[in-house]
Amino acid sequence: MSVWRLVIREIRHRRLNFLMGLLSVAAAVASVVGAQTLLTADRIITSQLLSTKEAEVEKSVAEKQAAVQQAGKELQDVIRKQMLGLGFNVLILPESQSLSEIHLDGSMSATMPEEYVDRLASSKIVTVNHLLPSVTKRIHWEEHNRDVVIVGTRGEVPIQHRGMKKPLLDEVAAGKIVVGHEIHQQMNLMEGDTVQLRGRDFTVSKLHAERGSVDDVTVWINLAEAQELLGMQNLINAILALECDCSGDRISQIRAEISAILPGTQVVERYSQALTRAESRAKAKSSAQQALKAAEQSGAEQLALERKTRRDLEHRHAGFAGLLVPLIILGSIMTIGLLALVNSRQRSQEIGVLRAIGLSARQLMLIFLLKSATIGILGGLAGVSIGLMVGQSLGSAESDGSTWNELFASGDLPVLILITPLFALVLSGLASWIPAFLAARQDPAVVLQKE
Amino acid sequence: MVLQLEQVSKTYVGHSTAVHAVSDVSIELGAGDFVAVQGPSGCGKSTVLLMAGGLLQPDSGNVLIGGTNPYGLPPDARASFRSISIGFVFQQFHLVPYLNVLENVLSPGLAGTNSPEHVRQRAEHLIEHFRLAHRQDHLPGELSSGERQRTALARALLNSPQLLLADEPTGNLDRENTDAVLGYLKEFAESGGTVLLVTHDDRAVPFAKRTVHLRDGRTTNHMNPGFSAASG
Ligand SMILES: Nc1ncnc2c1ncn2[C@@H]1O[C@H](COP(=O)(O)OP(=O)(O)OP(=O)(O)O)[C@@H](O)[C@H]1O
Ligand SMILES: [Mg+2]
Repeated sequence: MSVWRLVIREIRHRRLNFLMGLLSVAAAVASVVGAQTLLTADRIITSQLLSTKEAEVEKSVAEKQAAVQQAGKELQDVIRKQMLGLGFNVLILPESQSLSEIHLDGSMSATMPEEYVDRLASSKIVTVNHLLPSVTKRIHWEEHNRDVVIVGTRGEVPIQHRGMKKPLLDEVAAGKIVVGHEIHQQMNLMEGDTVQLRGRDFTVSKLHAERGSVDDVTVWINLAEAQELLGMQNLINAILALECDCSGDRISQIRAEISAILPGTQVVERYSQALTRAESRAKAKSSAQQALKAAEQSGAEQLALERKTRRDLEHRHAGFAGLLVPLIILGSIMTIGLLALVNSRQRSQEIGVLRAIGLSARQLMLIFLLKSATIGILGGLAGVSIGLMVGQSLGSAESDGSTWNELFASGDLPVLILITPLFALVLSGLASWIPAFLAARQDPAVVLQKE
Repeated sequence: MVLQLEQVSKTYVGHSTAVHAVSDVSIELGAGDFVAVQGPSGCGKSTVLLMAGGLLQPDSGNVLIGGTNPYGLPPDARASFRSISIGFVFQQFHLVPYLNVLENVLSPGLAGTNSPEHVRQRAEHLIEHFRLAHRQDHLPGELSSGERQRTALARALLNSPQLLLADEPTGNLDRENTDAVLGYLKEFAESGGTVLLVTHDDRAVPFAKRTVHLRDGRTTNHMNPGFSAASG
């Protein structure tokens, strides 16, 4: 017979007392652990939700940023092309070409050899970067009974002492035709349509938007084809030269350089029609920027809203726990104390007997403390398990939930799980220590004299 | 001497009253003595027994058990001294309700110094002796009064004490069981033990070697033939 056996026997004998003690300890521990688990789960889920949201917002912002970048690139392209028409772009014409004809008729009748462009390209010219030979003639388009300006272009002729730049004007391929706005509106053309021009078939490769200039009544075809159609083999009307080191007053220098290489030519400054395109691209860019800004703003708002919702929920839970946990603990302490008191009253007779047969006060205390330790440990374990389950399931009610690993990784919960049962042990120990102390000190004579 | 009470007195002090339960009682018991203290209810018998058992300190006078004054020992030493030297039997049996017969008999072993094996053998012997073998796994609540008192007797004798103190051990028993219990006490005394029995029951008198009469806390001279009692 050991003291432990005696404790077990007593527990089995007074099951209800034991179970109620167990229950109160479990309730106290479960409330503490459950509350902490819930709050920890809240935090984990909050950070999960927020990072998901953040990722979403980031993605949408990145998309918008890409759009802005794309728009920016397009704008840059357009601006580069626009350089064709800005201040220092010059038109090289035969000396005999009348400017009136150009402006009044949109046509050029004076010609120069196409070889000029190659001469210019192979020269050591430094002031111009790009050379574009062309023929330009106002003709009557018999097939459609209207006047048009026909431009033959072959794209850029590389200047030989420099590397090839990105071509600025798109070359029109053989058999293709690019049509100005008024013409394709009137003729109701679509890209891919076939039109006849002086008995030849051309496929419409591009329709220009309205430019409000002679371009609207112009068609562009390949230079070689234009020369054939117009009977201008190896002749051109003009060379468009594009200056890129466009600072200060360099027009006179350009003129001097060009006339030195190509005698019998005149150099005219040229204006551009590309601005509108740049404007529309700039508009596109700014609207993309606005979309980006809106995305950033709405992302920030969504995040803030999510944060606030979660914070409110966490506050609600914390408030609830802050109210409930102390109440449950208080109730448990009172129940445990009461149970211990009742138990020691119940047991005063047997304590007197055990004292009479020689058990020391220390042994009697041990009997009480072993019992309360049993209650503390079992109740603590039960409480921890229940608390974890309830807290976790409550905490994950509205999402995929937090894994146990995450819960335990987050710091205070493991500590709490170790501390709370210890606290329960101390609690039940203390609750039974005082009555046990009183019972053990009780005069056995008084007890034994009782019926 | 196994037990000496020298002019012990006890007064219970209540809220407003003081009860002089025992006044100047002197009794001496040697090995093999069986003394019955007899008197009416409330005369102080239980008080005398508790003082003799080291459970209730007298207000005055001395108690010596085997020459040792138990009240001179610190509480835990006194408890262990009690468990080695004295066996108790009470009218209410005072068995531990959740321990079975065997465990109740073994319980003083918790306080004793004997090896568990020795204690176990002794318990089995006593259970056999008191005809309880068929009941040894039963709880006290499942026993008859006689069986309960025999269990209490076996428990009292587990640590083989020199002195057995019995307070009205037959008070709840029928005639047959009364005779059996008194017979065991007599047997214990005849085997060299010392028995102090307090009772109001005349039937104990023939079993005892000597009877002391107690009236209002005082002994009155009364001697069984062939015995002498010291009186104060
Ligand atoms: N703890 C106590 N406090 C106050 N008075 C007590 C106490 N115990 C006993 N008494 C009183 O002391 C007197 C002697 O009591 P005691 O129990 O010794 O009598 P008793 O002879 O054993 O009686 P019974 O035969 O009924 O058991 C009684 O008057 C009783 O009321
Ligand atoms: Mg009595």
